[in-house]
Amino acid sequence: MPVQAALEHLAQIRTDTDIIVTNQSSARLWPRLSQHPLDFNYNPSNMGGAVPFALGLAISQPERDVIVLSGDGSLLMNLGCLVTVVASGATNISILLLDNNMYEVTGGQKTPASDYSTDYARLAQAGGFRMVHKFSGLDDWQAGSSDFFTSPGPRFGWFTVGPTPSEVFGDTFPPIARRTEQFRTVLRR
Amino acid sequence: MFTGRQIVSTLEQLRVSHVIWVPDSTFGTWEADLESSDQLELIRVCREGEAWPLAAGLQVGGKSPVIMMQTTGMFESGDAMRNVLFDLQVPLFAIIGVRNWLIAESPDSARRFAEPVIDAWSLNHVWIAKESDKPKLSEHFTACQQAKQAGVVLMAEGKG
Repeated sequence: MPVQAALEHLAQIRTDTDIIVTNQSSARLWPRLSQHPLDFNYNPSNMGGAVPFALGLAISQPERDVIVLSGDGSLLMNLGCLVTVVASGATNISILLLDNNMYEVTGGQKTPASDYSTDYARLAQAGGFRMVHKFSGLDDWQAGSSDFFTSPGPRFGWFTVGPTPSEVFGDTFPPIARRTEQFRTVLRR
Repeated sequence: MFTGRQIVSTLEQLRVSHVIWVPDSTFGTWEADLESSDQLELIRVCREGEAWPLAAGLQVGGKSPVIMMQTTGMFESGDAMRNVLFDLQVPLFAIIGVRNWLIAESPDSARRFAEPVIDAWSLNHVWIAKESDKPKLSEHFTACQQAKQAGVVLMAEGKG
């Protein structure tokens, strides 16, 4: 699935109260598709930090749904976060795994899972996610996204995606401390 | 030094909302009291690297979390800590158990590196190493809150 098309659909269907947390590659691409006050493009981040950060937001903002975009390399660095999410009891969080089968921001090297058929859906199911779906293509995502987001959470969506358009990696952004403070202000309105 | 009841009472007075932790053998004795608090929510993470961004999300979202982990976990989670404290500049507060600090002859490398690592990260910290130090927890937390700065309490422990 082209990653840009997948995210363009997300930008179209997200509600005005949804929080979207991106990181790594998605934090470069998403700002070209969305400029919503409830977007938090978590870059620079520590790898694997986006899901825990999103979980903190979900617990502290129970009236909102939190959608977090994670790459496969980031998720692999922090697989335990799947258990932490479920154990927290938060139901207003959706993890969208953008699986491009590589460490993209460092140049496309293999992850430990690249030569194997790691089944992220089964990992999420075993961890206790209530809604788990592997989207087989853009048509499936466009047809099934509504059911996915209206299902009881926590939710885990798995997308096999192509590479991020390389031109986005040249984009520059304001310092994250300033963006964090702006985001905090938006959340407290 | 602190009993579970004492730590819960202290954190409740400071209006802490969440404790995010990986317990060690000292903090672990507080578990039942932390769980029984009506004001505090105990969040267990699988590794310490989750604790910092999770606490950051809570804090940015309007809550008042405290992180608890051992020095070993602080070493493990250094990059997560660096990112949220120095990049995002979220002023989190952590209580770090310093394993074997009270055993002067201990060969534990976790003891040896505790203070140099804290200094290397430029973390604003106080030590609680004896009974009379206990008020420092509230004092340091309050001072850090007022200054909107991150802060750490180093809790001297025996064998971990």
